[in-house]
Formats: sequence, structure tokens, C-alpha cells
Amino acid sequence: MSGFVSPVCALIFAPLLVGIINRTKAVVAGRRGPPLVQPYWDVAKYLQRGVVYGEVTSWLFRLGPVVNLASLAAALLIVPFGGLGAPLNFSGDLIVLAGLLALGRFATVLAALDTGSSFEGMGASREVHFAALAEPTLFLALATLARVTGSFSLTPIYQGFTATVWVHALPAVVLVAMTLLILELVENNRIPVDDPTTHLELTMIHEVMVLDHSGPELAFIHYAAALRLWILGSLLVGLVVPFRSGSFWLEGTAMLLGMAVLAVAIGAIESTMARYQLIRVPQFILGAATLSAVAFIIILV
Amino acid sequence: MLPFLGIIQALGLLTSFALLGTRSKGAGPQWLAFQGLLCGLVPIIMHADGLTTQVVLLAIGNIVLKGIVFPWVLLRLRARAPYHREVVPFIGIVGSTLFGIPVLALSVWLALRMTPALKHAPFVMLVLSIFLIFVGLFLIVTRRKALMQVIGYLVLENGIFVFSAIAISGTLLLVELGVLLDAFVAVFVMGIAILHINSEFGFMDVDQLTALRG
Repeated sequence: MSGFVSPVCALIFAPLLVGIINRTKAVVAGRRGPPLVQPYWDVAKYLQRGVVYGEVTSWLFRLGPVVNLASLAAALLIVPFGGLGAPLNFSGDLIVLAGLLALGRFATVLAALDTGSSFEGMGASREVHFAALAEPTLFLALATLARVTGSFSLTPIYQGFTATVWVHALPAVVLVAMTLLILELVENNRIPVDDPTTHLELTMIHEVMVLDHSGPELAFIHYAAALRLWILGSLLVGLVVPFRSGSFWLEGTAMLLGMAVLAVAIGAIESTMARYQLIRVPQFILGAATLSAVAFIIILV
Repeated sequence: MLPFLGIIQALGLLTSFALLGTRSKGAGPQWLAFQGLLCGLVPIIMHADGLTTQVVLLAIGNIVLKGIVFPWVLLRLRARAPYHREVVPFIGIVGSTLFGIPVLALSVWLALRMTPALKHAPFVMLVLSIFLIFVGLFLIVTRRKALMQVIGYLVLENGIFVFSAIAISGTLLLVELGVLLDAFVAVFVMGIAILHINSEFGFMDVDQLTALRG
């Protein structure tokens, strides 16, 4: 039964993460900002609206948001929440996780291309370009963790990070944590990579791909974005908080607090950094890949 | 002892990759200062059970020279320079960063081969010292601007310092003070030379020195 805590937590609290990020940005900028639960209201509002489809779009366009949400919801079943295991775990599920993340992105990209809009094609091209670099980086980071704990499944990996293992492998853990933080920003199109609040189609990456969606499908997209933020965030926080007491409530509370701190940190990063030029983004991801490659080589011997 | 050395190794590798991947001139001396500080801590940690004045003096001298004096000199030089970034190195920063990864693997391999001869040397520091030597040489060879070449020289020096700190136990002070003195003089000579080249010609691009042919 305790296995279902992590997906339920994710389904309930994921939009709150977005709310905390937005509130942090507002406070740093000197505004009061929207209420923390605003993302929930947004989703509810979109769900009540009707849908408008372009005349040139086909069934691919309608499939995109649904497949995206479904693949991320499926990924929740294998992502552990710190020491709290996921409902499912089997050898090699970390590759399934990367596959599900990629499947969701693939569906979104197909839907964007289906509209025939040149802006959406441009956004799709950039999204795929950066994702192609981010995926091997994720594999390198997960391979390092697998090497440290000697397991090929996410739940045993994260349950294996007791305080002693953590201290023993501290340098590698720190490097992998930095990689995961960068990946969290890249995969979710947060600020040094993409500005989620931009209103200029030419500079958008993710936002431009979803311009044509409306109504419940837009709600799916927003909710799926929050889930993606949650999934990569829980990989990072589960690594940084080596709190494996075995007590269900203590671990859950520590993880939720960690997620909140992560959201504040992302908000602070977004407030203090400027966007990189698009040609600099691959170098940024390459930096992350270097960090995890160094961690892997350190831990290998 | 080992966790500390592990952290120093990771941070040292990080500074090396930062130096390989840095574009801006200001970041170079700052990363170098951090690296000098880390390397200065190595002898103290190595001899933590029996600290002698020799070791402490050596560590303090190293930290002061490489962590404060050299970076300060380089930052001053940079302030006088008419440019602000390494325009086009012979190998771009992406290539340099990618170069680092196989070289790190090579350093690990070399360290594995050297371990039988150096039984007392901690493995993590052996890897770091070999890697620093490689990175220093690489920076000297591939960068156009004299400033980055001096930084490469000092990275190389850091590598040699770490290697001697872990490998040699007896005549540590004598050898190291000599090396430090050499580095001290070399940096000042190079600094003065760069300053004169710069004020005379208005650039520090070593690649253009061929223009001096009569």
C-alpha cells in the first residue's frame, strides 16, 4: 500500500510546485504574485472550456496531449519518492523512465508538427535538439547511481542511498546532483534554457509547441508539465536528502519539504539568471554531461 | 582522511573542467585561485596525523602564492588588456571539454599502472595530479592568448605539486620550496613580458608574434 504514496503525492502536489516557483519569482521581483494554488485553478478553468481545432489538423494533433499525459502518469509508477518505493520496480526500469519521458515529448512534437505552423515546427526542432543531448546525460547520471548502489532499478537505487553509502560516495553524489539540477531546468524548459513566460514566438521552445491547443487539452499539457517537473525533481531531491529512516511519515515529510526547497531554488535561479543564447544551450547541457561523466569515472575505480 | 581527499579530487576536477570550458577572461584566474587553494590543502590532509611546521609552511606558502598572489597578478594583467574574452582558441571550448573526458579516463588508467610503485599515495590524488598535468599542457598548447597560457602553466604546476605532496615524504620542503620559487619567478617574468608585449603592440595574441619577423 505504501508503494502508492509516491504517485498519489505526485498527482496531488505537482501543480503546487509550479505555484511555489511562480510565487518565488514574484516575491524576488517585489510583487505579491498569484496564490500558490493558482495552477490548480488554471487547470480547472481549462477543463471547463470547449476545444477548438484548426481545420488542417488531424488525429495526431488530438493524440499529442493525451499520450503526453498518459506516458508521464505511467512514469510516476516507477519513480520512487526518496526512500518510499514506487509501486512497480523491475531491473532496467530506469531505461523505461527515459523512454516514457521521450515518448511524451515525441507525442507533443508530432502534434506541433501536425499544425503546419512554421513557429511550432521551429519550437519542435529546438525541443528535440536539446532533448537528444539531455537524454544521454540522464543515462550517465543514472548509470553512476546504479554503479554506486549496484542495482539497475530505480526503487532499490534510491532505497540503497543510506547515510553511509551517501558519505562514502559523496563526490560522485554531488556531481550527479548538479547534473540532475541542470537536467531539471533543461527538460522542463526553465530559465537558462527557455523562458516559460515569454510571449515572443521566435524565442520560445516548449511554449510555442502548444500554442494551438485549447480547452481540456491545454489542461492536460499544463498538468503534464507539472508532472514532468515533479518526476525529475524527485530524482534530484531523493538523492540530496539521504534520509532513510524506514519511518513512512518522516521520510514523506522530508521529501515534501525537499521538493518545496527545490521549487524555491528553481524560482531563485529563474529570478537571478538570464536566458542563454540558443547556441549556448547545447554547451550548457554538455557541461552537465561532463559532470556526470566525471562522476562515473570517479566511481568506476 | 579519504572522504576529504575525495571531495578535493571532485572539486579539483571541476575547476579543471571549468578552466577548459571557460570563455570569459575573468573566470580563469578565479577558478585558478580556487584550484590553488584546494591543492594547498592536500599536504595538510596527507600529514594530518603528524603535522610538522614544514608541512604547514609549505601549505600556507602554496595557498598564499597560488590562491591569492598569482590570480591577483593575472587579474591585474587582464584589467589592462584591451579584450575581454578568449576570442578563438585553437580548439574550441566544446572540443576542450570533450577532450577532458577521455583524458580523465587515461589519467585513471595511468594511476592504476602507477599504484604498485606508489603504495602510500592515495589513489584519488594520483588521478587528480596526472589529470592536472595533462590539462595544464593542453591549455598551454591550445590557447592563443598569453594569459590563458600562464594559467595553463600554473595548472601544470598544481599537478606537480599534488604529485610531490603525495609521493615524496622526506625532502618535501626543500624540493617544493624550490619549485614554488621557480613558479613565482616564472609568473612574474611572464607577467612582465605580457605587459610589455601588450603595451607595445596592443594585443597579447601569441599567434601573431610571427608578425615580428623583420
